[in-house]
Amino acid sequence: MALLDFFKQKRNTGSASLAKERLQILVAHDRAGPGPSYLPQLQRDLLQVIRKYVAVDPDAISVQVEHEGNQEILELNIVLPEA
Amino acid sequence: MARIIVVTSGKGGVGKTTTSAAFAMGLAERGHRTVVIDFDVGLRNLDLVMGCERRVVFDFVNVIQGEARLGQALIKDKRNPKLFILAASQTRDKDALSVEGVGKVLEELAQDFDYIVCDSPAGIEKGATLAMYFADDAIVVTNPEVSSVRDSDRMIGILSSKSRRAEQNLEPINERLLVTRYSPERVARGEMLSLEDVREILALDLLGVIPESGSVLNASNSGVPVILDQESNAGQAYSDMVDRYLGGELPHRFITPEKKGLLGRLFGG
Repeated sequence: MALLDFFKQKRNTGSASLAKERLQILVAHDRAGPGPSYLPQLQRDLLQVIRKYVAVDPDAISVQVEHEGNQEILELNIVLPEA
Repeated sequence: MARIIVVTSGKGGVGKTTTSAAFAMGLAERGHRTVVIDFDVGLRNLDLVMGCERRVVFDFVNVIQGEARLGQALIKDKRNPKLFILAASQTRDKDALSVEGVGKVLEELAQDFDYIVCDSPAGIEKGATLAMYFADDAIVVTNPEVSSVRDSDRMIGILSSKSRRAEQNLEPINERLLVTRYSPERVARGEMLSLEDVREILALDLLGVIPESGSVLNASNSGVPVILDQESNAGQAYSDMVDRYLGGELPHRFITPEKKGLLGRLFGG
């Protein structure tokens, strides 16, 4: 069996690299925290304004704060319905 | 002046109590007056791992609530006269602990001891936050596994923001990483996060690496801190870790696969 394992290993890259990749993303996200407390209200207000002009779904809008170095980026994503 | 060390991790079952017992015994063996405190109120286990479970009369909560004097609750280790254990209560819940109460007991202990080792419960609730609140040093115990690493990272954030040192703008807690249950063979096969991976993600100085070892279970079965089993790799790795904590510069051991002969490689083992 050990002899077989020896050959199998060559092709098997293992799951550790995947674990590391997932952790790096997750830990960065955890460290950023939940974002400012006004985000949910901002999301509701924006939705109301946009709905005056376009009929979008309530879940078609997402507001996120991203950190890059010492900059904070407010990311706003609205999916418009197909015309 | 006593030094207060918290052994913490966030996740349960990674080896906090094993480490607390081994570390405290190691300090005592090197001549330092040491007390190890179980902060896991309601689920105490340190006494069991230390082998003094039948000698617990009064506990930490009794002392905090004024039902017993500290001298009555401290259990003297039978193997080492410099080592004392303060057990947690098994019947109360974690709300029996308070910042003031814990602070007072630690202050009293600091008169008599060189080192106070706080064995934190898992989680981030009251017992865990109080175990680390007064700490000068932290040992973050982590298994090379995704959930443990993530929880450790969370704990590191709490250590640097919610401790006495953070609140009073003092020098931050000296946090160091202890990787436990490490299997160099599995790392070599790409199945387990490597030391470098864990260090890179958590960005902490490495205090020690304890290899996966059957002797840890043997030691807890018999109520003997594994550091006393100097035949075992884990016992030796804990000794190194204690020496490193006390300022010694030792290379990390047991971090590469043990070499097998050609026959061993062909036929397993």
